[in-house]
Amino acid sequence: MAKRYGSALTSSPNDLRSPGLWPTRRPRQRMREEGARSALIAAASTVVVIALALWWILSSEAWPAVQKQFFNPTNFREVWPDVAGGFWLDIRMFLVAEVLILAFALVLAMIRALRGPAFFPLRALVIVFIDLIRGIPIILLILVLGFGIPALQLRGVPNSPLFWGVTTLVISYSAYTAEVYRAGIESVHESQRMSARSLGLTQVQALRYVLVPQAIRNVIPALLNGFVSLQKDVALVFILGVREGVREAQIYAAGTFNYTGYIAATVLFLLVSVPVARFTDWYTDRDRKRKQAVGV
Amino acid sequence: MLVSRSNLARLIGLLMALALVAAACGGEAEGVDPDVSCEFGDLNLVNPAVLTVATGEPVFPPWMGVGDDNFDVPESKTGFEGALVYALAAELGFSDDQVVWERTGFDEVIAPGPKNWDFNIQQYSITEARDQVVDFSVPYYTTRQALVTFATSQFATATSIDDLKDAKLGAAIGTTSLDFVEDVIKPNTEVAVYDENVGAEAAMIAGQIEGLVVDLPTAYFVTAVQVADSVIVGQFEESAAAPDDYGMLFAEGNPLVSCINAALDVLISDGKLQEFEDEWLTQDGAIPVIGG
Repeated sequence: MAKRYGSALTSSPNDLRSPGLWPTRRPRQRMREEGARSALIAAASTVVVIALALWWILSSEAWPAVQKQFFNPTNFREVWPDVAGGFWLDIRMFLVAEVLILAFALVLAMIRALRGPAFFPLRALVIVFIDLIRGIPIILLILVLGFGIPALQLRGVPNSPLFWGVTTLVISYSAYTAEVYRAGIESVHESQRMSARSLGLTQVQALRYVLVPQAIRNVIPALLNGFVSLQKDVALVFILGVREGVREAQIYAAGTFNYTGYIAATVLFLLVSVPVARFTDWYTDRDRKRKQAVGV
Repeated sequence: MLVSRSNLARLIGLLMALALVAAACGGEAEGVDPDVSCEFGDLNLVNPAVLTVATGEPVFPPWMGVGDDNFDVPESKTGFEGALVYALAAELGFSDDQVVWERTGFDEVIAPGPKNWDFNIQQYSITEARDQVVDFSVPYYTTRQALVTFATSQFATATSIDDLKDAKLGAAIGTTSLDFVEDVIKPNTEVAVYDENVGAEAAMIAGQIEGLVVDLPTAYFVTAVQVADSVIVGQFEESAAAPDDYGMLFAEGNPLVSCINAALDVLISDGKLQEFEDEWLTQDGAIPVIGG
């Protein structure tokens, strides 16, 4: 602290009080220097904290055993191809599911946003659906739909565990995502709906052209949050026998009693979810600045 | 290096002593360390004066809890492993009341760190890789793998491994059955893997897999009780790729393994183990062999 204060003094004590009086360094440059200094302090304290944590962990008596079982380079190389192959399946399931979820959930939310007694049965149906689905643990839903429906042996209904795993994720996540959309639609001022209707737009048109575009922009951070969540939850379909990344790691762990495969899977999931989380932050920040610039 | 005469004499003496120890070991039962005292008071136990035995949750017949009211009740002393545990406990000097059960998930078992049980018994196959992380008793049972499918399935009449190449097969995670399907049968479709045999059975009923590979005693139970209209197609020949010896699992370096091995040796030599096997695991009627 003392050092920081001192250097602030030496840089030019008067420039804040009387800018333009002295030929001083431009504020922008000062900000750059301040930024560099805080970055340095942040880096140093981070290094110290990590070093302390590492020392604490590595000094544990059980560390050699843990290292052998969790962080074994030989096992890592051995398990990596299987886990990476399974993880690629996770990514594909995630992408397919996410597109379907965004579309299906929007339909649900729009139905729920319809006004008027004529639409009551539709609205009620959607509300019941959302309540039921959100009330069931996702793992139960996967088991019940994934094993239960194929067991009925209905004609024309696929029995693939992959199909039912992804379908269950779409159903479950759509219920949550529909609520996100609904929050977005409700955040748009009522006058927007009324103006749209007074211009002669039908209810559906008002939703489609006026409310939903504004609503989506408001909830993009929440939707991205759902992305991150889904990207990890796709692994749950392994209970149906699907061999995705986590399952491959588990198979390896069960056979060898070595956990390194879990670490490999963790690394892969982080490689995808951390950038998405950073992107969410960046986007939220940009959006907020943009709104402030407009003065909304 | 120069070796003085007195040192040489000492060396020879030492070598002779070592040879004697080795000879003494040869007389002992397999896996028994003569330096470990198995007196009741000296046993290395996690809880004083009780034998804390871990198993799965739930436990399945014919291994434990056999009989309508005994499902998932290891205290019933029924089933092959149930009977075995109480017999071993008696051999070490425990009364039945001094046997306490713990239930464990798979991952808790292999996680490093202290255990809250003395040993774990749930048809663990002894493998070299596992042996590096935990300790196993000597084998208490050697099984073979068997194929279960529906009587109506096209694979119900399979007689060789070649007949199974196009089958969609399933197995439970961490079992020799899974290794066997992957390394010996090598079907064209990737093997589906489930947490428990129950999951594989559900998948079979759902038509997602066409056959299920389990150990033979489990196959009897699956076909008799768990999956209606299912049959045992046959048992497979033994394979080096998937050794089928079951051992009790101990924390790495636990000296108790030596005492359990000694007790097991007694049960083997007096014929008790065979009796348990006959009572709980063997069924009448020959099961055909599916050849390579």
